[in-house]
Amino acid sequence: MKIVVLVKHVPDAAADRTFHEADHTTDRVGVDGILSELDEYAVEEALKLAGSESGEVIALTMGPEGSADAIKRALQMGADSGVHVVDDALHGSDALATSHVLAEAIGKIGEVDLVLTGMASTDGGMSVVPAMLAERLGFAHIGFVGEMSVDGGTVRARRDSDVTETVEAATPAIVSVTDQINEPRYPSFKGIMAAKKKPVESWSLADLGVAAEQVGLDAAWSQVQSVTKRPERTQGEVVTDDGDGGIKLAEFLASRKFI
Amino acid sequence: MPTILVLVDHADGVVRKTTTELLTLARRAGDPVAVFLGSGYESARETLAAYGATKVYVAESSDFGTYLVAPEAEVLAQIAATTEPAAILLPSSPDGKEIAGRLAVKLQSGIITDAVDIDADLTTTQSVFAAEYSVTSRVTHGTPIITVKPNSAAPEPAASTPEEEKVTVSISDTAKRATVVERSERETTGRPDLAEAAVVVSGGRGTGGDFGPVEALADALGGAVGASRAAVDSGWYPHAHQVGQTGQTVSPQLYIAAGISGAIQHRAGMQTSKTIVAVDKDPEAPIFAMVDFGVVGDLHTVLPRATEEITKRQG
Ligand SMILES: Cc1cc2nc3c(=O)[nH]c(=O)nc-3n(C[C@H](O)[C@H](O)[C@H](O)COP(=O)(O)OP(=O)(O)OC[C@H]3O[C@@H](n4cnc5c(N)ncnc54)[C@H](O)[C@@H]3O)c2cc1C
Ligand SMILES: Nc1ncnc2c1ncn2[C@@H]1O[C@H](COP(=O)(O)O)[C@@H](O)[C@H]1O
Repeated sequence: MKIVVLVKHVPDAAADRTFHEADHTTDRVGVDGILSELDEYAVEEALKLAGSESGEVIALTMGPEGSADAIKRALQMGADSGVHVVDDALHGSDALATSHVLAEAIGKIGEVDLVLTGMASTDGGMSVVPAMLAERLGFAHIGFVGEMSVDGGTVRARRDSDVTETVEAATPAIVSVTDQINEPRYPSFKGIMAAKKKPVESWSLADLGVAAEQVGLDAAWSQVQSVTKRPERTQGEVVTDDGDGGIKLAEFLASRKFI
Repeated sequence: MPTILVLVDHADGVVRKTTTELLTLARRAGDPVAVFLGSGYESARETLAAYGATKVYVAESSDFGTYLVAPEAEVLAQIAATTEPAAILLPSSPDGKEIAGRLAVKLQSGIITDAVDIDADLTTTQSVFAAEYSVTSRVTHGTPIITVKPNSAAPEPAASTPEEEKVTVSISDTAKRATVVERSERETTGRPDLAEAAVVVSGGRGTGGDFGPVEALADALGGAVGASRAAVDSGWYPHAHQVGQTGQTVSPQLYIAAGISGAIQHRAGMQTSKTIVAVDKDPEAPIFAMVDFGVVGDLHTVLPRATEEITKRQG
């Protein structure tokens, strides 16, 4: 079984995330980047499935130079190899362009049975790239999956949307997983050492046959017009309970007409 | 007036409140035209008319329930091809977003997700980075496809007599690749839906597993019950109630956090609430930095006292 796991390199949520003044794109250089936490669950699930079905796990990312760190982390966790799509023309790409490039890359990898992704990237957080990929590749897609198994070319998954659904699909399939699905492992010392010898390929847009005009900020089909920092919430009254904390709480709610 | 297509969110014809919000927003920018996919249209008719749909496309087929999401995208794309709408609005639910993503590829159109507001000229507002920033954007290519978060507008009734057009559906085999073999019922707790509720009371690790006081306060205020991931992971409350980055985003008039420290992933799901209240025994808990009112104390005594006082005041 050949599994591609999508890994995105994102600004650390614990750091101060900002935008570029000039073009309103996410600042991916000025802050610490990490493998999107929600993609760690996809890596873990890929490794578990590959372990039980003797498969191969390829970590795929699209992003600037620093994004190689996301692949490195996946390799340290246990993925077999990595593919990094990197090209200056990609700066500012929207979800449509991203899914276009990733679909071409998955096509070039070839004979993929399963594509695993996170439920959303922790920066953009649109939760649309996997569905777009499915549309482009003609693969089945099961999103928001909290439990899954693969047996003889059939994926069976529990989808946690507004209701809980059990969904089946034949491979090739794309499955986006939630943080309910597993507990991602930390790379072991052995894993970190082994990762250094694992192959990582770098592909440009030309390698994928994608024209530079089809991607990047100028080709984005939506445009940010303004970015405003929300006013910080200011702390209101905080009281310490001396037996009357509950009463004071009720009084506050009454003063705001909630009672 | 240009046509604005609105995908109806419903369970067997019972229209969800988000749809009435979308119809209200759509009226700002044009004529709202509803698209009803699935079964049970008879039950939906009245609500769609009451909120101003000028026309309803009705495609009734069991395929929508049997196969995951792709059939909806396919039929919506067919309807869009004939109506040439100025925009397509969908709910920001898991299904809504996946349909929107597929639709954007099919229609070669720009997409904006999780809008919290839409102007008459289709400029959208979003809250990003755990709601620390507010961003306005526009789709600049194709038919704007916009998913809208619950509670983004107050539904305003506007009676109409919509024209109805039945659509015959023929769904391709590629859209039938993921089959739903089992589906649970929507849970009925008797409380309002979390994403739509005006009041939400949430419990965290500090409940120690006893959600009784949280539920009692929620009931006194007519609210919904939420939970932190720590409480969900401990198995104390169902995942459907999780508030935060990987749970639901709520934006109620009143949010009460009990025994929740206020991690960024939790704040991402409740930061835009109008009024925020916290009860926590640790005065240093980060949640207090964002409250309108806070009580430092044990939730097991503070919550029941508050509930008692509220009930008393309500007579
Ligand atoms: C990828 C990812 C996604 C995540 N998504 C979410 C998400 O969607 N939602 C979410 O909530 N979290 C999410 N988290 C987890 C988040 O980081 C926190 O771990 C979690 O929110 C903590 O929950 P808590 O506040 O209930 O627990 P804690 O942080 O342990 O806080 C418990 C609080 O209860 C107080 N307390 C204890 N006893 C009492 C008492 N008797 N009376 C009053 N107060 C008491 C303590 O003082 C403390 O402040 C996510 C994490 C990751 C990595
Ligand atoms: N640039 C990218 N490189 C690799 N994977 C990505 C990229 N963008 C999105 N993904 C994958 O698609 C998922 C959903 O992304 P999004 O639609 O942006 O929320 C993420 O969790 C990733 O697994």
